[in-house]
Amino acid sequence: MSDVENKVKEIVVEQLDLDIEVSDLNNSSSFVDDLGADSLDTVELVMALEEEFECEIPEEDAEKITTVQQAIDYVTENA
Amino acid sequence: MNLSGQIALVTGASRGIGKAIAEKLAQAGATVVGTATSQAGAEGISAYLSEYNGQGQVLDVADQDSIDTLLKSMKDTVGLPTVLINNAGITNDKLLMRMNADDWDQVINTNLSSIYKMSKACIRGMMKAKNGRIINIGSVIGNLGNPGQSNYAAAKAGMLGFSKSLAREIGSRGITVNVVAPGYIQTDMTDELDEVQRNNLMEQVPLKRLGSTADIANAVLFLASDAAAYITGETLHVNGGMYMS
Repeated sequence: MSDVENKVKEIVVEQLDLDIEVSDLNNSSSFVDDLGADSLDTVELVMALEEEFECEIPEEDAEKITTVQQAIDYVTENA
Repeated sequence: MNLSGQIALVTGASRGIGKAIAEKLAQAGATVVGTATSQAGAEGISAYLSEYNGQGQVLDVADQDSIDTLLKSMKDTVGLPTVLINNAGITNDKLLMRMNADDWDQVINTNLSSIYKMSKACIRGMMKAKNGRIINIGSVIGNLGNPGQSNYAAAKAGMLGFSKSLAREIGSRGITVNVVAPGYIQTDMTDELDEVQRNNLMEQVPLKRLGSTADIANAVLFLASDAAAYITGETLHVNGGMYMS
């Protein structure tokens, strides 16, 4: 697992208060459908990613980040 | 009621209701940052808060850069606010037919758009803390209307809808959003009324007196405290009975 991938997963587990190990988090998991996030959770998740990776994620991009893998890809390309 | 450990940001704290609120929250043990639009105003706040844990800062609530600068400075010093009191406001009274677009925009920007900006800036820290209080200072005029105050009444009524919506959005994070709506309060403004105007006013108020700034500060203290933890999206009217919702 790359550093970015690991960090993103740590943030997801922490923000969504998931009761699993970081290594058990599937990349294909959808925040809302699989991990039980509500709309405010996803906003907080994006805020946490912005803070960790010191970037600003515009609203139109934030809307497209719905899975763990999409978050990893976004951060890899933009941060 | 004890607010120790809380960090309160009170806008428009140089005089009147804002000053009473800042003092009251500081007395209850909160760390208080009170804001004013001028350096002299900020120094005055630092002076009256000097015996407590508090200070004055310069802030223009209508200016996003000014808000960002203040929050950054708070983050680096006292910490991000856990209690936000949106009190700063202005009037620019005119009958609608004489009210130009600037008169309208100025009051809407300072009294309504400011609470959007301030709340947004402060919520991030509150969400992280999973705890927060936002208390907006409204006005009975937002419910009753008043000739010559269509801009002010629109801003204050808008504040109610804003507060209810935000209360629904962030309730799950332990953040409450409420409004305290003062009636006629003894301030520099009401001191200028003559006997006839004052008597006319009193006819509308069952409790037969003007409110004091302390009456408002007490209501704010309550809503900021743990005692009000289960109250959100609510408007607390403090008006001597002149308007009962």
